[in-house]
Amino acid sequence: MRGADAGLGRPPRALVLTWLALLGLVALTLGLAYVPLGRMGIVVALAIAAVKAGLVVTLFMKLFRGPVLARVAAGAGLFWLAILFSLAATDYLARNDAATGNFSLPTGREGSR
Amino acid sequence: MSEAPLDQVHLEPQYATARQQAETAALGMWVFLATEVLFFGGMLFAYTYLRATFPEGFAEAARETHVVIGTINTVVLLTSSFTMAWAVHAAEHDRRRATALLLAATALLGLLFLGLKGLEYYKEWQEGVVPGLNFHKDGPNAHVAAMFYYLYFMLTGVHGVHVTIGIGLVALMAVRAWRGGFSARYFTPVEVTGLYWHFVDLVWIFLYPLIYLAGRSGP
Repeated sequence: MRGADAGLGRPPRALVLTWLALLGLVALTLGLAYVPLGRMGIVVALAIAAVKAGLVVTLFMKLFRGPVLARVAAGAGLFWLAILFSLAATDYLARNDAATGNFSLPTGREGSR
Repeated sequence: MSEAPLDQVHLEPQYATARQQAETAALGMWVFLATEVLFFGGMLFAYTYLRATFPEGFAEAARETHVVIGTINTVVLLTSSFTMAWAVHAAEHDRRRATALLLAATALLGLLFLGLKGLEYYKEWQEGVVPGLNFHKDGPNAHVAAMFYYLYFMLTGVHGVHVTIGIGLVALMAVRAWRGGFSARYFTPVEVTGLYWHFVDLVWIFLYPLIYLAGRSGP
């Protein structure tokens, strides 16, 4: 048994390729961050992050090879995140602070004044 | 701690098969991770609101984060996810020493991440961008910078706590693997710990562009 167990052995090709793809995407997103894309910058950055997350979830976490219920749980997480964002947005995005000038963000230096 | 016999899986009475038992454990972790998405979700919404409301002050603050350390840490964490996935693969193929060594490597990469994060916090303390404790920024956008750094420390701090817990779990699995606690038929704890570790990596995959890459192409 120990004979076959010596050393680390070779990593599976799929894992190595995933790892290299992830590192490539880090380089890509870092480079694109310095390109003036205007408001599309955040969209591109999040799209690349989503691709990276997809690789990790699919090839490292093997979500689509496990039980179906695990996919339901993962999907529910994203679904409730969407609910959290949309319901919170109904409050915050409907506020009109700019018109009232009613900003009251703390600076952390209140005590020193 | 009672380890499972090498080639026989201890079946709890509520399960019909070992496979059902293993899948239930994985499902439990996925459900927990779904709640973790919401745990980070509140802070991510705060981020979205702040960035949409004060785009200029936000970009100005985000541009001053330590992008070199942030990028190195991203590579470190992605690499640790790779060694973690490799460890699960090794466990699946009954390569016990390889499993233990790869788990140890994963934990060490996690420690490296925390070390670099600590260096970053130290630099930020010296720069005076720690709101409430040591914040020395002036100018029209100082209040936005303060909010940015509040969020920065909350997000990275809570993520750091997750990394710390992950290191503990992975190290524990490394010890159990080294002692022969797992086999090709029983390695569920390694697998479930792996799911948690990958999730911590997933959070960082989104934090990296949100924190370090925002405002880089601006004036």
